[in-house]
Amino acid sequence: MHALSLKQLAEGLRRRQFSSRELTRHFLDRVQRLDKTYNSFITVTPELALAQADAADAAIAAGTAGALTGIPLAQKDIFCTRGVRTSCASRMLDNFTAPYDATVVRKLHAEAGMVMLGKCNMDEFAMGSSNETSWYGPVRNPWDTRRVPGGSSGGSAAAVAAGLAPAATATDTGGSIRQPAALTNLTGIKPTYGRVSRYGMIAFASSLDQGGVLARSAEDAAMVLQAMIGFDPLDSTSVQRDSESFTGTLGRSVAGLRIGLPREYFAEGLSPGVRRCVDAAVRQLQEMGAVTLDISLPNAMLSVPTYYVVAPAEASSNLARYDGVRFGHRAEAVRNLEDLYRRSRGEGFGPEVQRRIMVGTYVLSHGYYDAYYLQAQKVRKLIYEDFRAAFGQCDLILGPTTTDVAFELDSKTDDPVAMYLNDIYTIAANLAGIPAMSLPCGFDDGLPVGMQLMGDFFQEGRLLNVAHQYQQATSGHLRLPKGCE
Amino acid sequence: MDNNWEAVIGLEVHCQLLTKSKIFSGAATAYGAAPNTQADGVTLGLPGVLPVLNAEALRLAVRFGLAVGANVAERSVFARKHYFYPDLPKGYQISQYELPIVAHGHLDIELPPPVKGDEPVVKRIGITRAHMEEDAGKSLHEAFAGATGIDLNRAGTPLLEIVSEPDIRSAAEAVAYLKKLHQLVVYIGICDGNMQEGSFRCDANVSVRRRGTEKFGTRTETKNVNSFRYVEKAIEYEIERQIEVIEGGGRIIQETRLFDPGTGTTRAMRTKEDANDYRYFPDPDLLPVVVGAAERQAIAAQMPELPEAKRARFMADYGLARYDATVLTGEFALADYYEAVVAGSQADPKLCANWVSGDLLGALNKLGRDITESPVSAAMMAGLIRRMADKTISGKIAKDVFEAMFEGQGDADHIIQARGLVQITDDSAIVAAIEQVMAANPKQLGEYRSGKDKLFGFFVGQTMKATQGKANPEALNRLLKVMLAN
Repeated sequence: MHALSLKQLAEGLRRRQFSSRELTRHFLDRVQRLDKTYNSFITVTPELALAQADAADAAIAAGTAGALTGIPLAQKDIFCTRGVRTSCASRMLDNFTAPYDATVVRKLHAEAGMVMLGKCNMDEFAMGSSNETSWYGPVRNPWDTRRVPGGSSGGSAAAVAAGLAPAATATDTGGSIRQPAALTNLTGIKPTYGRVSRYGMIAFASSLDQGGVLARSAEDAAMVLQAMIGFDPLDSTSVQRDSESFTGTLGRSVAGLRIGLPREYFAEGLSPGVRRCVDAAVRQLQEMGAVTLDISLPNAMLSVPTYYVVAPAEASSNLARYDGVRFGHRAEAVRNLEDLYRRSRGEGFGPEVQRRIMVGTYVLSHGYYDAYYLQAQKVRKLIYEDFRAAFGQCDLILGPTTTDVAFELDSKTDDPVAMYLNDIYTIAANLAGIPAMSLPCGFDDGLPVGMQLMGDFFQEGRLLNVAHQYQQATSGHLRLPKGCE
Repeated sequence: MDNNWEAVIGLEVHCQLLTKSKIFSGAATAYGAAPNTQADGVTLGLPGVLPVLNAEALRLAVRFGLAVGANVAERSVFARKHYFYPDLPKGYQISQYELPIVAHGHLDIELPPPVKGDEPVVKRIGITRAHMEEDAGKSLHEAFAGATGIDLNRAGTPLLEIVSEPDIRSAAEAVAYLKKLHQLVVYIGICDGNMQEGSFRCDANVSVRRRGTEKFGTRTETKNVNSFRYVEKAIEYEIERQIEVIEGGGRIIQETRLFDPGTGTTRAMRTKEDANDYRYFPDPDLLPVVVGAAERQAIAAQMPELPEAKRARFMADYGLARYDATVLTGEFALADYYEAVVAGSQADPKLCANWVSGDLLGALNKLGRDITESPVSAAMMAGLIRRMADKTISGKIAKDVFEAMFEGQGDADHIIQARGLVQITDDSAIVAAIEQVMAANPKQLGEYRSGKDKLFGFFVGQTMKATQGKANPEALNRLLKVMLAN
C-alpha cells in the first residue's frame, strides 16, 4: 500500500478495498518496524491516528469524504499540534505540548480528514541542512543510511522516501523542503510566501519561512498543497487570493513553455554527476516541446551571505521568547534571573541554534545594523529584481537543487560555512518569496539527484504542471530505496 | 526657580487605547481581572503564534493624530524592541520606531496671564510623534516570598505613546500640557483617562540650561509619574536638583530616575551606559500599516467636536463668558449635559449655565462624582429650570427642589406637587398673609412707619415665612410696599 499514489489510496478507500484504519495500521507498523534505522519520527501518535482513521472511515461510509479523507500524513514537528508534543527538535521544547493546532494542521486533519501518523524529526528549529542538529539525533537517508537526508525537513523526507508515510508536511526557509527532496528522490514544493499560513508553524525566520509538502510525485504534492493553502486571518502575511485548482491544471502540455536556465546555476561548484542528470532532464523537457533559454541571475550568488544575515537576525528575535519563564526548558536551581536566562537558554538550545542567535544579535546591534541588516535587505531587493527581469523572458526557471548528492553524516558538521553552501541554489527563492520546487531527475552512483523549478509569484500550478508532465514521461521518481519496497 | 536658569522639558505619555481586545489578539483588556485570565496564546508568546493588528486601535491612533493637527502616516511600520524581562513574554515589545503612525502635531495650552483678569496666554507645544505599541505585563514582587509572580493580563494592551517636543519650560506648563492632553484623549474617546489604573502615564524628560543659552543640558528621564500633582513635584524637584548639581561643580548624568511620592524626590534607576541595545528592526510578522486618504476621511468624519471649538461655540451661541464656557466644555459629557438642559428647558442659557456649573457640579464635587454619575439627569434639571422660568416656583424654592431631586426624591414637578411648593401669585392670598403679619407685629409696624425703612426686609421675611416661602417675590414686594405705607 505504501507504494501507491495518493490518488490510488483515495480510490482504494472509496472502493473499500481497504479501510483508513487498515491503511493507517499499515503505515504505523512500518514506522515501528523500520524507523529505528532512519529516526525520521520524534513522536508517533498511533492512538490519535487510529481515532482519526475511524472518523475518516465513518465519513467515507457516510459519503461525506473529500479527496484526502483517511489518507495518512506525517507532520514536521515544527507545526503545533494540540495535545501532542511539539518539540521543533529542540531540547528547549522537549516538554512542550502545544495547546492549539497550527492552521496547516487544522486544514489537513480537521478539515481535509487526513490521518496524522506522528511528528517528524528535523534540524533544531529548522536550522540546518543535514538533520544533524536535532536534539533527538540525526536522521538517516533511506537511500544510504551512512548519509544525511538533507535538512531541515530531513525527517519528513526520510519518512516519505522510506514509505513510512504517503506524504509529509515540511517547511522551507532557505531550501529545507527542496534540498531534502533532492537527496531522497522526492517531489517537494515551497509555495509563494504567504500562500500557506504560518500560524502555528514555529518561527525560524519569519520573512522567509513557508510551509509546503514532501511527496512522491507532483500529483501527490498538488493534492496536499491544495488542502494547505488559503488566506488565514490569523497570519497578517497570508495572502488573499481566489481559489485555484493545482490538480486541475496538471494535464496541460509543456509545449512552447519557455524555460530559463540561469548560467550562474550551472557554473563552478556543480558536481558533474548532478550536472549530467539535470542536463538530461532539460533534454527531456525539450523533447516534450519546451523551449530553453540562457538567462542570468547576476545577484543569485549573493543569496547565501544575504540569507545568513537576514535569517539569523529574525531567528535571534523569534527565539527570544524561549526564556524558561512560561514554557519549555527551565534550568534547575537558578540563582537569579540572569542565571535563569543564561542556563535555560544555554542548556535548551544546541550549538547551531546558539551560533545563529549570536550572529543575529550581532547584525542587529547598534552600530552594525546599517552595515549588515540594512545592506542585506538591499541585496535582497536586487535578488528579487533579478527574478522579475528573468520572468519577463521566461515562464519558469530550471536548475539543479543541490551541488551534489547526499553527503555522509558528520562530514560537514565541523564546517558551518560548507554546510551553509548546501543551500546555494535554493535560498534565492526564499529571499524573493517566489514558489520553487524540487523533483527527482536521476541518480548519480545510486544516489538521487533533484532539479529545481522556480516560478513567478503564485505560479505553483505551473510548476506542479511541468513537474507532473515530466513525471508522466519518466519513472525515476517511482524508484524506492532498497529495503523499502 | 533661580532666574539664571531655564528648564527644558519634554513629556512622553503612554495612553491606553480604549479597545475591548488587545492590540494584536482577541484577548480582553478589561482592568482588574484575576491574574493571567486575559492571557491567550498570543499574549503568552507561545511558539508559532502571530500578531494581527486590532483595527480599532489603529482607528483610535489615527483619530488622535487628526485631533492634534498631525501628519497621519500613509505608511507606518511596526518594529520589534528587544530586551529580556519576565513580564515581556516574547523577549521583544512590538512598537513603532522609524515610521510612527502620527508625527508633527501640536497642542495649545493656556497659561495664567501675567496680569490677573487678562485673557490667558496661549502657548503651542509641539507633538513630535505618537506611535502604537503593546504594553508589557506586570511583575508582582511582593506577593510571593522568594519569587516573583507574573501577571500577563496587561501584556498586549494597546498603547499610544505621545512624545512632546522639548517646548515645555516649567512644571506648571507641564501640568497644563498634561491636563490638556488628558482632556483631549478622553474627549475624543480614545482613552478612559484613568490614571490610577495606569491608562494615562507620564515620563518626564528634564534638563536645565543657563538662561540665554541655546544648547540643551544633559537630560534625565523620570519614569511613571502617575498623577498631575506628582508630575509637578517630580519636575520641580528634578529642576532644583540639576541646578544644584551644576552649580556645585558637578555634571548631570543621562539616566532614568524614579519618582518617590513619599519623599517627593527622584532617585537614579539606571544610567545610559547600562541601558539596553534594543536592536530594533521591522517586525516581519506584520505588514506595513497603510492608512489611505479615504480611511483618514472616514475617521475624520467621526471626530467629535474638539474642546476648543466647542468652547467657542458655547460663547457665541449661548452668550457664555469664557470662564463658564471653559468649565462647561471641560468634559465631553458635561457639555452634552449642559446642551440637553438648555434644549429641554428652553430657558436663558446663562441661567442654565449657573445651575449646571454651580449647583450641580458643586453637589457632585462634594460626593467626588462626575457628571456621568449624576443622580439628576439633564431632563430633570431642565424640568426644574422650566418651573422657575414659568414662575411656578421661585429661585429660592428651586434650590430646595434641586436638593430633593439630588437626594433621589423624583423629578421637579413631582416634588413641587408633593410638597405643595407652587408659588402663590394670587394677590389676595398674599394680601391676607401681609395683613396677618402686620397685625402680629404692631411695634415693628409703628417703627417702620416712623421712618425705620430697614424693617422692610423684616416684613418680607415674616410674610415669606407665613406663606412657607411660596409667595411670588415680586408680588410680595409690590403689595408690601403699598400696605406698609398706609
